[in-house]
Amino acid sequence: MDLLSPIKDHHSERRLFVSRVIVSTIIATLLLGVVIARLVHLQVIDHELFAEKARGNRVRIEPVAPIRGLIFDREGRVIAENLPAYQLELIPEQVDDIDDTLNRLVALDLIESENIPRFKELSLSGPRFRPVTLKFRLTEEEIANFAIQRPRFPGVDFQPRLVRHYPDGEAVAHAVGYVGALNADDVKRLDPARYAGTSHTGKTGVESSFESDLHGAAGYRHLITNARGRQVPGNSSELLDSLPMDEKPAPGSNVYLSIDLDLQLLGASLLEGRRGAIVALDPQTGEILALVSAPSFDPNLFAVGMSTAQYGELQNNPDVPLFNRAVRGSYPPGSTIKPMLAIAALETGATNLTRKTFCRGYFMLPNSTHRYRDWKPKGHGPIDFHDAIAQSCDVYFYEISQEIGIDNMHDYLDRFGLGRRTGVDVSGEHPGLVPSREWKRASFRKREDQRWYNGETVIASIGQGYMLATPLQLAAAAGTLATRGVRYRPHMVAAVEDALSSERTLMTPERLPDVEISSSFYWDNVINAMHDVMQGPRGTARAVGSGAPYQMAGKSGTAQVISIAQDEEYDEEELEERQRDHALFISFAPLDRPRIAVAVVVENGRSGSGVAAPIAKAMMDEYLGYGDDAAR
Amino acid sequence: MPLADTKRLLTDKAAPLSNFAGLIRRLHIDGALLGGLILICGFGLFILYSAVGESNRLLINQTVRLGVGFVAMLIVAQMPPDLLRRWTPWGYAAGLVLLVLVLTAGEVGQGARRWLDLGVRFQPSEAMKLGVPMMAAWYLHDRQMPPKLSQLLLIALMIFVPTVLIARQPDLGTALLIAAAGIIVIILAGMSLRLIIGMGILAVPGALVLWNFMQDYQKQRVLTLLNPDSDPLGAGYNIIQSKIAIGSGGLFGKGWTNGSQAHLEFLPERDTDFIFAVLGEEFGLFGVLALLVLYMFVIGRGLYIAVQAQDTYSRLLAGSISLTFLVYVFVNTAMVTGIVPVVGVPLPLVSFGGTSMVTLMAGFGILMSIHSNRKLLPH
Repeated sequence: MDLLSPIKDHHSERRLFVSRVIVSTIIATLLLGVVIARLVHLQVIDHELFAEKARGNRVRIEPVAPIRGLIFDREGRVIAENLPAYQLELIPEQVDDIDDTLNRLVALDLIESENIPRFKELSLSGPRFRPVTLKFRLTEEEIANFAIQRPRFPGVDFQPRLVRHYPDGEAVAHAVGYVGALNADDVKRLDPARYAGTSHTGKTGVESSFESDLHGAAGYRHLITNARGRQVPGNSSELLDSLPMDEKPAPGSNVYLSIDLDLQLLGASLLEGRRGAIVALDPQTGEILALVSAPSFDPNLFAVGMSTAQYGELQNNPDVPLFNRAVRGSYPPGSTIKPMLAIAALETGATNLTRKTFCRGYFMLPNSTHRYRDWKPKGHGPIDFHDAIAQSCDVYFYEISQEIGIDNMHDYLDRFGLGRRTGVDVSGEHPGLVPSREWKRASFRKREDQRWYNGETVIASIGQGYMLATPLQLAAAAGTLATRGVRYRPHMVAAVEDALSSERTLMTPERLPDVEISSSFYWDNVINAMHDVMQGPRGTARAVGSGAPYQMAGKSGTAQVISIAQDEEYDEEELEERQRDHALFISFAPLDRPRIAVAVVVENGRSGSGVAAPIAKAMMDEYLGYGDDAAR
Repeated sequence: MPLADTKRLLTDKAAPLSNFAGLIRRLHIDGALLGGLILICGFGLFILYSAVGESNRLLINQTVRLGVGFVAMLIVAQMPPDLLRRWTPWGYAAGLVLLVLVLTAGEVGQGARRWLDLGVRFQPSEAMKLGVPMMAAWYLHDRQMPPKLSQLLLIALMIFVPTVLIARQPDLGTALLIAAAGIIVIILAGMSLRLIIGMGILAVPGALVLWNFMQDYQKQRVLTLLNPDSDPLGAGYNIIQSKIAIGSGGLFGKGWTNGSQAHLEFLPERDTDFIFAVLGEEFGLFGVLALLVLYMFVIGRGLYIAVQAQDTYSRLLAGSISLTFLVYVFVNTAMVTGIVPVVGVPLPLVSFGGTSMVTLMAGFGILMSIHSNRKLLPH
C-alpha cells in the first residue's frame, strides 16, 4: 500500500457515497417501476386476453357419443341392448415409445401382433390426445392382469364403455344384423358431427338399415385438462364455474321389430345343424315374424371385436355363416312355384279345372326324344288340375308350360314379386331371377345363347333352370296366395320409438299392387289344392299336416342342385352331401283368415315335403298357439 | 446507545419488552431488517405451498432451509466487520481455488458443473456472490475515493476472473449476478459517471463478444425473449405460460391454490424460477405489489445501513449487498414478466431451493453486523 497516499477524507467520501446511493435508489425505483408497469399491463390492461387464454389452456371440448337405441321384438323383448364393458385404450401423447408399448401389450396377450401396424397408424394420424381403442371388451381376468402391469404402460388404460350386446346372439344375427367398429369407409361416409366420439356403426341387417334412427347425435362436454391433456378431476369449484354449458347427446331411437322372438328362436333351433333359411311373415301386413338363416354366427363378436383368427374362421367356413341366406340366398324354387303358375295357367286359358292329362312319368317335346322326367318315375296316371298341385305332378306342368309360354310365366311370377327385390328394410337383398326371352337376350353375348328354347320353358315350369328365388320372396309369394292376391311389402321394423319422449312412430304396412285375376274361383281352387297338399288324402305333405287342429295350405319343392344326364340313374345315396337336392316348402295358415305365411329352404335337404314341410308346420303351430301339442 | 436507554436498562425492573429489545441488541440483530425478512419469507412460504401442489413435505423442507438461513444470518451477524475485512482476501482466494476445482472435478448436474463435494455438497459460486463484493470493498477500503482508473482495472480483474470461471460451468445467471455485485461496489465507490457511461457504450460490443461465448441454450433464451411466439411449445413456452398466469390473475388474483395455470401444470418451474407467476396468478396485482413493497423495504433498510456505516469497507459492502438483492428481485420479476431473457435467477427468499437462501441470509447477517458494530453512534 502506498504510504504517501493522501489521508482519507471520510466526510467527502461519505458525501460521494450517499450521492451514489441516492442515484442507485432512483435507478432501483425506475427498474421496479418498469416491472410494475409491465405487471399493470399484463394484469389490468390485457387481463381479459390472458384470462381467456388461461381458460383456453385448460378447457378441452370432447364429444360424447350418444347411447344407441335398443332393438325389441314385437312383444317388447330385448333383441339388442348396450352393456357396460371395459375397453383398453391408448392415448398417443402419453406414450413415449409406441412400438415398445404395443409389443409389450402383445406379450401380455392383450392385443395381436398383426394389429400393431393398424394401431400405430391410428395413433399417429388422429389428435394426439384422442384415445385409440386397442380392445373393446376386456375379460375380468384381463382387467386384473393389466391392473398389475399398468405402471409399466403410461398412456394405456382401461375405460368403461357401453358395448352392443345381443342376448340371443346367433339366433337373431341375420335378422337384426350387427354393429362393428368404424372403418375408414364408414368415417368417409358418416357425418363427422353426429359421429364424433362414436366407435361403432351398424354393418348389416336392421342395425345398418335403421342406423340413422338407432345412432342419435353426438353431444359435447367441456373438460378441464392439465398441460398434458389429461382430464383433471373437477374438485375445484372455481375452475368448474367458468366452464361453458355442455350439450347433451341425443340418444338414438329404439326400434321395435315385427319379429316374434319365440318364433325366431324356434326357427333357429329347427335349422340347427343344417344350412338353410326360414322366413315367416304376416300376409295381412307384410310384417316379418321370423327371419332365420343357418348356420349363423355370434354378432357379439363384431360388437366386441374379434381376433383375426376368429374372423378368418368365419370368412373361410365352407358353410358361409356370415351369408344371410334368407334375403341373399338365391335358390331354384322347384315345385313351390306351381301354385303361382297354376294361377297363370288358368288366367291365360292354358288349362282349365277339368282338363286331365295322362302322366307316364315323363314328358317329351314334339320332334324330340328328350325325356323330361316326373319326380315319380312311374307317373301319376290320369291327373287333373287339383291333383297336379296336390300331388305335384311335374308332367302336367310340363305340358301346360308350352301353352302358357315363358313370357306369360315371367309376367305372372313377376306379379307375385319373384325376380325382383321385395324392398324389405334389410340391406343386401338379392333379386332372384325369373327368366324371359328378353332377359336371355340381354344377358348372353353369343347369338345362339340368346335364343330361348322350349325345353327351357319346360324346366322353368317346375322352378328349375335359370329360375332363382330367395326364401324371403317365396314367403312373400306364399303370403300373396294366402291373401288371394293382396300384397304388402315385407318389412321387419314395426315402430320407431323416440328414446326421450317414448313417442312411437308406427310403420304403416305398404300395400303393393295386387295380383288381379278374373275370377276368385281360381284362388279357391289353387288354395284348396294347396290345402290338400298338407291335409288331403293323397297330398305330398299329408304326413305333416294331417291331424292338425287347424287348416293349412302348403306346397313342397325339391330342387336339383346339379343336372342329371339323360340316361343316368338318379341315385341320391351316391351324391355328395352338397350335391343333394334342396328341400323347399311354402305354406300358410289358417286357411279362413291366414295369419302366417312361411317359406323354408333346407340346402341339400333332399325332400321338400319330408324335411322342409315339418319345419314350416312347426313354425305355424308355434305362431298360431298350437306349439305345445305339435310334434317338432 | 443513548445514555437514557442504558440507564433505564440498568435501573428498571426488566420488562418483557425491553428484555426482548435487549436480547435483539445483544445478538447484533437489526429488528427492522429481521421483521422485513420474516414477512417476505412468511409470504413466500404461503405462495410456495400452493406452487408445490399443496405438499406439506416440500413446505417443511423449505421451512427448514429458511431456518438454516436465519441461523447463518445470526452467526454472521456476530462477526464484526473488521474481522470479516481481515479474512476477505483469504476467503476470496479460497473461493477462486474452489471454482477452479469445480471446473476440473465438480459434479455434473443438468448439463453443468456447479457442485463440489467436500464432505458437504455446495456451490462455490454461491460463496463468491459475497466474496467478490467483499474483495472489491476490501481493496478500496484504505484508498481515497473515487478510485483511480488503474485501481478500477485491478478490481475489474478481481470481478472478471470468478465471473468467467462461473460462466464456464456454465451458470450465466450466477456469473452475471456476481459481476453485478462487484460492479455495484465500484459504482458506489464513486467511479466517475463519465466512465460508467463510457462502459455502457462499450457494453454493446461486449455483448456481442459475450454472445459468442454463450451456450446454445443461452442464446436460445435471448432469442426466445425477443419473440416468444416463434416457438410456443418449445423455448417460448415458459414465458408464454407465465405471462398467461400473471395476466389472468388480474387485480385480485384467482385466490390462493386456485391458479389454473399453476395447478394444471401449464406453468413450468412454478416452484422455483417462475414462482412469481404463481403469486401473480393467485394474488393478482395487489399481491404482487405487496411483495414488491416488502422487498423495497428490505432494500431501503439495507441502503440506510450502508449510509450509516462508518468505514469504507462496511459502506461499500452493505450498499452492494442491498443493491445486489434488488438486482435479484428485478432480474427474476423482469424475466418472469418477459422483460429480460430467462436466466436461472430465483426469486430471493421465495423460490424453492437451498444454497442461494443461505448466501442471501449471510449477506443480511453482514448488514446486521455492520449496523450493530458502529463505533460512533449518532446523537
